[in-house]
Amino acid sequence: MTTLASHTEDETASAPETSWATTWWPRLRPLLLAVTFPAALLAIWHFSTVGRPGSLIPPPYDVWLELQDLAVGGINDDAYSRTLHAHLLASISRVYGGFALALIVALPLGMLIGRVPLIRQVVDPTLQILRPVPVTAWLPLAMIMFGLGPRSAFFLVFLGAFYPILVNTIFGVRSVEPRLFEAAAMLGCSGSAQFFRVVLPAALPSIFTGMRLGLGFAWVVIVVGEMTGVQTGLGAIIMEARQLSRTEIVISGMIVIGTVGFLSDQLVMLIGRRLLAWSPSHG
Amino acid sequence: MAEATIPILEMKNVGKTYSQNGRSIEALRGANLSVKKGEFICLIGASGCGKSTLLRMAAGFEAATHGDNLMWGVPITGPGPSRGMVFQDYGLFPWLNVRDNIGFGPKSRGRTKAETRETVDHFIDLVGLQRFADVYPHQLSGGMKQRVAIARVLANDAEVVLMDEPFGALDAMTRERLQDELVEIWSRTGLTVLFVTHAIEEAIFLADRVVVMSPGPGRIDNEYGIDLRRPRDIASPEFNEWRRMLSSQLHSHHARKAG
Repeated sequence: MTTLASHTEDETASAPETSWATTWWPRLRPLLLAVTFPAALLAIWHFSTVGRPGSLIPPPYDVWLELQDLAVGGINDDAYSRTLHAHLLASISRVYGGFALALIVALPLGMLIGRVPLIRQVVDPTLQILRPVPVTAWLPLAMIMFGLGPRSAFFLVFLGAFYPILVNTIFGVRSVEPRLFEAAAMLGCSGSAQFFRVVLPAALPSIFTGMRLGLGFAWVVIVVGEMTGVQTGLGAIIMEARQLSRTEIVISGMIVIGTVGFLSDQLVMLIGRRLLAWSPSHG
Repeated sequence: MAEATIPILEMKNVGKTYSQNGRSIEALRGANLSVKKGEFICLIGASGCGKSTLLRMAAGFEAATHGDNLMWGVPITGPGPSRGMVFQDYGLFPWLNVRDNIGFGPKSRGRTKAETRETVDHFIDLVGLQRFADVYPHQLSGGMKQRVAIARVLANDAEVVLMDEPFGALDAMTRERLQDELVEIWSRTGLTVLFVTHAIEEAIFLADRVVVMSPGPGRIDNEYGIDLRRPRDIASPEFNEWRRMLSSQLHSHHARKAG
């Protein structure tokens, strides 16, 4: 009897330990692995820059201080202190504004090009020739057309987001499985009704991919766009700091863009996962 | 009264010629077929015998090059809900769950939400998918997908169900179960079924009438009324007799073609 009791005690005592390891380790592992690489980079950065007054690249701790100063002030108290929110807001509004405009133009245009042969024949060759032109090559022309200032930045962001959305929308509406049109037709859904009940939902995963790429490009292009002589924006502050050799501000700006771009992509992914739960490659 | 005399489907001297890269291919020549309401017909034959072409013309997906395709004596001009099709590759809408796939037809035809819901519930029950109503097609097995495809056509008040090798991609166990279920549904609802297959046993098990076709060009050779009592026993001597007979029929074409 006593041996039996002690056995069960042993088991109950050891049970929580194993369950802790089995439940937490699988979750902890990817997190640890994800953190290892940036931590190593940070260490290399730190040890190769710290204690060298001649280094053009500031050590991580200086950047961290600058980031704090940009956000809430109280460290340098110069012209850049507590300006982060203004720059961030300016950039975000241009990114999402340009992206929204690209969406409004590229979605209907892509659907028309994809589904109406006449429009495809008229518009598509021109768009295909303009497509390889890098957004940065548009910069001088944008400055002539829209002047120095936020409108040029806005235009470039629009252009950067436009093509990924357009190309993927065209692809999506053109590659609907023919069987689905037959299925819809024999169930009594024909003609233009098929567009909304078959083409659009079938193209949604592809359209969504285009939107995600487009938003990513918008964040890439914003820095170039804000080099066109605007006063505010993360791109503007990076260019200005470069001229003043304030590299810690440049790096701070890079970190903020990276973080916000990442969060913005995560948001899109979250929406996508809800919207495309039916798709094996998204859900 | 009219229903007793006019066939639900009638094909009169139907031919179909495709042109492909400048060459013309005769898929079907001079096919005559008359289907009475409530009949279960199996079309059987080697590949290229035009059985799928015949079915697709009955559906209205393709027009005949010669002859007439009639439903209740009226020419078939395009696909429509009265002739529901069950495809071998299912053709389910991947973005709709089981419930909405079955409700697609009623919704397209302007049924109210409540009516659609009632219809869908009934047919989900009929094919035994109550537990999977909210599941998307990619989460279903092949057999379940085909049940949804059948329910979808029935929920849309199809009078004729056209089935293009519907169980061809399923494993043997699932195929047998679906054959049983199909016969059960057919006998309860008074549907008319036109069923394409290349499996002799399947044709004998299911059909009131087996239509044997042969290729080059595709044509109808013969029709056989299967007078076996239902439910049919695939191990019975009579069943085997039919199997032997149809098998020799089909193989004689192969021999002729090869020779």
